[in-house]
Amino acid sequence: MADFLFNALLAGLALALVAGPLGSFVVWRRMAYFGDTLSHAALLGVALGLLLDVSPTLAVTAGCVLLAVLLVTLQQRQPLASDTLLGILAHSTLSLGLVVLSFMKDVRVDLMSYLFGDLLAVGPGDLAWILGGSALVLLILIPLWRPLLAITVHEELAKVEGLPVAAIRLALMLLIAVVIAVAMKIVGVLLITSLLIIPAAAAQRHARTPEQMALGASALGLVAVCCGLALSWYEDTPAGPSIVVSAASLFLLSFVLPRRTA
Amino acid sequence: MSDALIRLSGVGVRYAGQAVLEDVQLSVKPGEIVTLIGPNGAGKTTLVRAVLGLLTPDQGEVWRRPRLRIGYMPQKLQVDATLPLTVLRFLRLVPGVDRPKALAALGEVGAEQVIDSPLQSISGGELQRVLLARALLREPELLVLDEPVQGVDVAGQAELYRLITRLRDRHGCGVLMVSHDLHLVMSTTDQVVCLNRHVCCSGHPEQVSGDPAFVELFGQDARSLAIYHHHHDHAHDLHGSVVVGKPHVHGPNCNHG
Repeated sequence: MADFLFNALLAGLALALVAGPLGSFVVWRRMAYFGDTLSHAALLGVALGLLLDVSPTLAVTAGCVLLAVLLVTLQQRQPLASDTLLGILAHSTLSLGLVVLSFMKDVRVDLMSYLFGDLLAVGPGDLAWILGGSALVLLILIPLWRPLLAITVHEELAKVEGLPVAAIRLALMLLIAVVIAVAMKIVGVLLITSLLIIPAAAAQRHARTPEQMALGASALGLVAVCCGLALSWYEDTPAGPSIVVSAASLFLLSFVLPRRTA
Repeated sequence: MSDALIRLSGVGVRYAGQAVLEDVQLSVKPGEIVTLIGPNGAGKTTLVRAVLGLLTPDQGEVWRRPRLRIGYMPQKLQVDATLPLTVLRFLRLVPGVDRPKALAALGEVGAEQVIDSPLQSISGGELQRVLLARALLREPELLVLDEPVQGVDVAGQAELYRLITRLRDRHGCGVLMVSHDLHLVMSTTDQVVCLNRHVCCSGHPEQVSGDPAFVELFGQDARSLAIYHHHHDHAHDLHGSVVVGKPHVHGPNCNHG
């Protein structure tokens, strides 16, 4: 197998693995728009990274983390509804990113690869980052699993029972921010949320426990990555969108399959 | 008062400059049942949130016995339909709970049959019992129940009151309960506190279960219900403010300005 294909496969599989459980929380907590906002802001991170001459991956992670903190603070301090606030931040950060990029005449930026991903161009350095980031997120997620479920079911009940609700919520946002930074190289800023949501939604109909849904979402994500890469390899389609199309097909399939009873 | 589980003194809470609670005193002792009544918007839920530590009052002090274990039964529970969660799993979100423990707690509240049902599929009455079971799994020293009988008919209300009394007797915990009814309270209530921003009045409910008319009205359930007679002399307008122009004579339990 060609080296670049192997790298792409490994990167895609690592992302699918972490996107399953995190995506499940995005679905349960109705954070889809939140994920979208963070991923749109990732482009601003890229632009700033180029401007300040730091690694774009690092800049994106830092940018997403900062935005997540800013969002939590703003939600508590002002009366606008969350979705309004998210809408403002999502599109203004995306636009600001595009504007900043256009000022840098001497930097040749392949905008399409940031918007829709460039999985087949994942190099050894990128791969190390993607594998490391995914492993870190999984390791943090395991001890956080039960507290996260508890605050998803009822935040106040969880708080009365002694859980540090605000810290757990922030941790979830930071984990999502890291995954977005990881996923940008793979599917691009415009498609990241789909990889979080679609496998989780597809697994939902057939899951009987939260863990089944999370693991099912990971499994479906793995299948979607393989199918998408195969499509891209044989038909020369763009890799990122091919993966999303595969995931969406699996989602449709989950409706056709009969739901298990008993 | 030194044996109290919680003690609130001079608690005041303001939302956007509006006083929601003013100078509230309240305490609950082990084994004591305190029922909080008052009209809509009287600040009952705000007071409960202050007791639970979910909000910090702007004035006054909330004292809790150190390491107090509180079992809290929220008014409602809305779990997203996409979250596949059985009742057992919901109860196991409390650390250290296994199936036998969950089953025992459900047995205490009479809801064993729903243990493997999805949380979103059980009825409102069953959900209330499941929430009560979860509060019990914490082995609480103080049970805080926010409108446990809301939307339940009088017979169901009487049954739930009997259950709460039984749980109090067995676990020896204090109970702070918010009631949506202004007059009909649990007969085992030790103290009724009528709240309308301030504590309007407080006292024992009247044991009327011997009254033939009451028994005729409620039948078997008369024994678990009691009537609380308000004994404050002031009136409130629709916004809950004390109506001015009427001289107010402070009663024995009246503690506002």
